[in-house]
Amino acid sequence: MSVLSVQSLGKAFGGVRAVDNVSFEIGKGEFLALIGPNGAGKSTTFNMINGQLAPDAGDILIGGKSTARMKPRDIWRLGVGRTFQVAATFGSMTVVENVQMALISHAGRILNLWRPAGSLYRGRALELLAQVGMADAADRPSRELAYGDVKRIELAIALANDPQLLLMDEPTAGMAPRERNDLIKLVKDLVVERGISVLFTEHSMDVVFSYADRIIVLARGRLIADGDAAAIRDNAKVQEVYFGTGKTFQEASP
Amino acid sequence: MTLNALLFQALNGLSSASGLFFIAAGLSLIFGVTRIVNIAHGSLYMLGTYIAYSLATKIGGAFGFWGGIVLTAIIVGVIGALIEIVLLRRIYRAPELFQLLATFALVLVINDATLWLWGPEDLLGPRAPGLAGAVEIFGRRLPSYDLFLIFVAPAVLIVLHFALAKTRFGRLIRAATQDREMVGALGVNQAVLFTSVFALGALLAGLGGALQVAREPANLATDLIAIGDAFVVVVVGGMGSITGAYLAAIIIAEVKALCIAIGVVDLGFMSVNFSKFTLVAEFIVMAIVLVTRPYGLLGKPQGMVRSVAEPEDPIRPATPMLKGLGAAVFILLLALPLLAQTSPYLMILAIDVLIAVIFATSLHFIMGPGGMHSFGHAAYFGLGAYGAALLVQLAGFPMLAALLAAPIIALLGALLFGWFAVRLSGVYLAMLTLAFAQIVWALVFQWESFTGGSNGVIGVWPSPPFDKSWVYYLLALALAVISVLLLRRFLFAPFGYAMRAGRDSALRAEAIGIDVKRIHWLGFAIAGCVCGIAGGLFAFAKGSISPEAISVGRSIDGLVMVLLGGIQTLVGPIVGASVYATLQDTVMRQTEYWRALLGLIILVLVLAFPQGIAGALSSLARKLGRKPGGAA
Repeated sequence: MSVLSVQSLGKAFGGVRAVDNVSFEIGKGEFLALIGPNGAGKSTTFNMINGQLAPDAGDILIGGKSTARMKPRDIWRLGVGRTFQVAATFGSMTVVENVQMALISHAGRILNLWRPAGSLYRGRALELLAQVGMADAADRPSRELAYGDVKRIELAIALANDPQLLLMDEPTAGMAPRERNDLIKLVKDLVVERGISVLFTEHSMDVVFSYADRIIVLARGRLIADGDAAAIRDNAKVQEVYFGTGKTFQEASP
Repeated sequence: MTLNALLFQALNGLSSASGLFFIAAGLSLIFGVTRIVNIAHGSLYMLGTYIAYSLATKIGGAFGFWGGIVLTAIIVGVIGALIEIVLLRRIYRAPELFQLLATFALVLVINDATLWLWGPEDLLGPRAPGLAGAVEIFGRRLPSYDLFLIFVAPAVLIVLHFALAKTRFGRLIRAATQDREMVGALGVNQAVLFTSVFALGALLAGLGGALQVAREPANLATDLIAIGDAFVVVVVGGMGSITGAYLAAIIIAEVKALCIAIGVVDLGFMSVNFSKFTLVAEFIVMAIVLVTRPYGLLGKPQGMVRSVAEPEDPIRPATPMLKGLGAAVFILLLALPLLAQTSPYLMILAIDVLIAVIFATSLHFIMGPGGMHSFGHAAYFGLGAYGAALLVQLAGFPMLAALLAAPIIALLGALLFGWFAVRLSGVYLAMLTLAFAQIVWALVFQWESFTGGSNGVIGVWPSPPFDKSWVYYLLALALAVISVLLLRRFLFAPFGYAMRAGRDSALRAEAIGIDVKRIHWLGFAIAGCVCGIAGGLFAFAKGSISPEAISVGRSIDGLVMVLLGGIQTLVGPIVGASVYATLQDTVMRQTEYWRALLGLIILVLVLAFPQGIAGALSSLARKLGRKPGGAA
């Protein structure tokens, strides 16, 4: 059974069919990139999967369960981690507290009024931070961090509930090329180790073509291609929608 | 009740809607562009009535009246411009709550200035020349002036609508309402835009107030009543929508008129006088609108306001130094009764301070870590105070039982009101909480047979041994210490962290499984509950409780205390409450014009310490190179 199954998904804003009859699946451990030119419907598709938008048509199954009408927090409880396009952390907390917050929530102890939260799951949180290479910054206020580091914190938070599926909306947006590769490589290593499936949207083609197991392409709300890097690169339709955008579909030089 | 009577009241409602519309339209315009909730808008409205009165009586005749109304609008517009240039322009970069505080300080100053200039008596202006008569309509006589008012509001609405739609100035206002930073980035001179919008809003308020001169007497209490009503209208109509303000003004005024028209209804088991529940009706309208359309009837979701507030430091457990300091203060406070042998007034002052500390700390709990800026914390104070007082009076509860019941009653109220409030955020939440507090106040004020109306409940004295002021003081001290430590404990527990998480980034919090609304709702309830303790203590400390003690003024006191101390620190509300309550009990008693004095003190503090006292102290400590105490 696939980890995520998107079935004939549709969403219209006024007269614009932002997403139209889109279907795809993610298998276990698969690293799937969702790409497309601006306005293709990537974010809309993404936001329907993570529960921020309700679809007009079709269904979304995560682990066999329909999540089309679920709230983001309930989808998270099914074992779905996510990171945001514009990284969001809790600015008034330290780095490690950010991760602890997710661990506390995962353990269902949010309503506890008594135990000092600073000592709860600190060890586990530090472990996760070490895995994303941020252990040294554990006790710094998270708002002081550089943007690339905030992205790493987000990754640690997203891994806190031992997810089966990770949703990453433009994980490398706003980062320098070097940082980008490092981050994606880190993500890939972490998920391969854990057998986590990943769906990510991405503008940076070198990242996509270097790391994705499979690529799906949206254009004007429709799914126009689905395949591995080589198949997508040679796909005439894909070349057509990207024509003139300056994208080269080259893998990153190692 | 006949159909004619109903229709007549409906007409009456339309004419009172015009006053509401003018003040709400100005408020809405100013908020839309400058993002300042101008609490002093009711004061400008009140000034309008007073100035128009003077012009109409001093100059006299048709020119004095009609010319006076136009002149008044212009004068108030100029006053508005001056306020913007002299004061507000300096604090656009301050946290938004400081702007509220500054405009509230203006309320106090303007109120006392009005008292000084015109005296405390109500002043009824002359009849409108040319419209002094009445017209026979639906079998009753409607003053022609009221009929005139019915048409003025839509006329001004149409003018404003076209001005906004067609002129360059109007386009700028609409653009700035959507995204003021973008408008600034496009090279529009924001200073001029803000000043002119503020002047226009003030002009509208002045016009609205001036037009009331032949209808209602000029009265010093108008400012807060008017601003309360205007908040409701703006929230119902939708922030920034002039047409929405008109629609809402009509709806609110009509619902009130309907209540008056219905009058006493016999329900079989009891008779209810609906005309006494006009304020409750107003609230119900607002609650329904906000639940179904959170941005008001014609409002749109607010464009994102990029916060200019100082980011908050992580909270840290108390350092040994802070713990030691706390213990020392506690021991001093325990010893205070010994000092009081010589000055008995000290105990009364100390009890007031302790009550203020509980009040302010509970408010800070939701305002700071919860990010919910309640403008109606007096509601839970009032529920606690009245709950305790009435249980003693009507059910014969002993004092301690009543003190125990006070927070429970406040908790129930906070659970009910909070459920609605957490559905909103920002200004909408502030206004909704204010409206709830006004409802509690109105219920208490209007339900005479149960609450004693404006006289309140009297003879609620502590039973022995608490009748000695120093024993009661120790009880208050114990309750204050327990409240403060309990709330602090909650803030360091997962619940408090979750509340801050929801404030910092609701999106992120929801994405890690936190039900932000539920957490904030519970936080709201906890704060209300603890606030009830302060209310109960207050009732027994004073031996009575009256509507005045739970009016909007108390909510504002709480805001002032929290901001004065510094919203981003946990000891801030304690410092703020102590300073403020002491000032209020000492300096303020020295002068008849204590409001103005308080207002000026607030203005100085706002301009000098934008982070509050405790915030300024910790910044100072950081600058001196010592290890910062964090937000302990």
